[in-house]
Amino acid sequence: MDVLNLAHGSFYMVGAYIAYSVVVATNSFWLALLVAPVLLALLGAALEVVFFRRLYRHGHLAQVLLTFGFTLVFVDLIRSQFGPTTRSIAPPPGLGGAVELFGATFSAYSLFILGVAIGVGALLLLGWRFLRVGAVLRAGVEDKEMAGLLGINLPTVFTLTFAFGAGLAGLAGVVAAPEFAIYPGMDASVLILALVVVVVGGLGSIEGAIVGSALIGLGYVIGTSLFPQFAIGLIFAVMAAVLIVRPSGLLGRRS
Amino acid sequence: MTLGRAASARYAAFLGTLAIGLATIPLWAPRFWIYIATQALIFAIFAMSLDLLLGYAGLPSLGHAAFFGVGAYACALLALRQVDGLFPLLLVGAVAAAIVAVPIGALSLRTTGIYFLMLTLAFGQMLWGLAVNWVSLTRGTDGLIGIPRPTLVGLDAFEISLYERGAFFILCLIVAIVTFALLQMLARSPFGKTLEGIRENERRMRALGFPTVRYRFAAFVTAAAVAGIAGALAAMSNGYATPDLLYWTVSGLALVAVVVGGARSLIGPVLGAFVVLFAQLGLSTYLERWELILGAIFIAFVLFVPGGLVGLVRRA
Repeated sequence: MDVLNLAHGSFYMVGAYIAYSVVVATNSFWLALLVAPVLLALLGAALEVVFFRRLYRHGHLAQVLLTFGFTLVFVDLIRSQFGPTTRSIAPPPGLGGAVELFGATFSAYSLFILGVAIGVGALLLLGWRFLRVGAVLRAGVEDKEMAGLLGINLPTVFTLTFAFGAGLAGLAGVVAAPEFAIYPGMDASVLILALVVVVVGGLGSIEGAIVGSALIGLGYVIGTSLFPQFAIGLIFAVMAAVLIVRPSGLLGRRS
Repeated sequence: MTLGRAASARYAAFLGTLAIGLATIPLWAPRFWIYIATQALIFAIFAMSLDLLLGYAGLPSLGHAAFFGVGAYACALLALRQVDGLFPLLLVGAVAAAIVAVPIGALSLRTTGIYFLMLTLAFGQMLWGLAVNWVSLTRGTDGLIGIPRPTLVGLDAFEISLYERGAFFILCLIVAIVTFALLQMLARSPFGKTLEGIRENERRMRALGFPTVRYRFAAFVTAAAVAGIAGALAAMSNGYATPDLLYWTVSGLALVAVVVGGARSLIGPVLGAFVVLFAQLGLSTYLERWELILGAIFIAFVLFVPGGLVGLVRRA
């Protein structure tokens, strides 16, 4: 969509907190997995219609500033509702154990995360390539005016896409909740990682984001085992190296 | 900005009134508000350096706090090793920040716009990670504590100590005024005009024979050095240097200050810095939810007041 949203990490955080609330109230992780993305998509749609829509023509800087304002608001709202302490929830029943696979032991929940990631990735890739919505979006980013002249209702498409992105961020938050800690500030850490991944992979390329996350994830794990203190540094070193060779990312279009 | 003669006389009168008004603060303000005003002045110096990048060079950095933090740590490390003297400590903050800015600038300036923003953000967070993890140098999240304030040669005779809030405030005011004057000169110089030309149309400037990347690089390193001075002042003021100084939200707040005040004016970021600091420190003593309010103020400014406070005045 060519929108830079610093509040995307906030959607992830809110998703995790919704999961926490739902699990505490109903003890059902699967309900949370259903509810959080829907709520986040609604929130995303509302924000897009009320705020973001006005800013598309003002360029990225205005978007950065607006969405930074929202990160402040969201983290403060979360803190006022849930306090500054770290929360956690248990994996859903049946996924709490360990699984033997290819002679190695994995936690069942990790495999579940892997499955969700592959599913979402495949859905996005195929949708972007082959679905009408994907084609419309590509056209809209490429040339807004032309797409509009061809009879595409771009504002609606953009709202739906933004809502879909927010919903996915919420889904990621729910899926991450049993695995990682839930705390105000989790938005920033995931946001920075996501930005690095996207920059390494190349903006506007879903394949790039997948390749980028694999590369950064591997880099992080290897870095953590080799020299734990500077694992974060290694991630950024990978990013710097990629950008020196290819300034627009691994699979990004050359600008 | 170009002003008519009457307008620039009014502008000069406004600047003079502002400076004199600020200078009287230690005489009447309660101690706590002197502290807030001191922090605001330091943040104003930092925000002015960001305005050089954002407003004049058109480079939206979201990692500028890294240089603020590097300046603070450099000053702290030296001061803790019994180095005394205001100028050496400010200088080391500036030089350290400039040195760090050289590789970061060289890499980040290969890109512009949104990529530049993300790269500076990533490098800033990298330095933040370094400040947290390089425990032997920085003592990690505990930070460096007990940083002494320097003595000023010549002022001891009058028994003026920088440990007094008023004296330290005046010092920050003087540094801020000097920074403002120098950056103003820089912005109005051929160098500043060239930067603005590159911001408006890089291709044309390159065709005219300007080494545009080198100009941007010079602006980047200069801005970093000024941010380093602000960082050094922050270390002296607080008496500690912690990784928080480098965190990306500090860069974000500086962007807030520049935009709320009005970019490309230098005085706008100063006003913006006061707004941000009063919201952050002033409101937080009375209200718990200052971040929410600041975020809301900010959203409103982006949506409804694109020129910032300075833009409002200019339109009126």
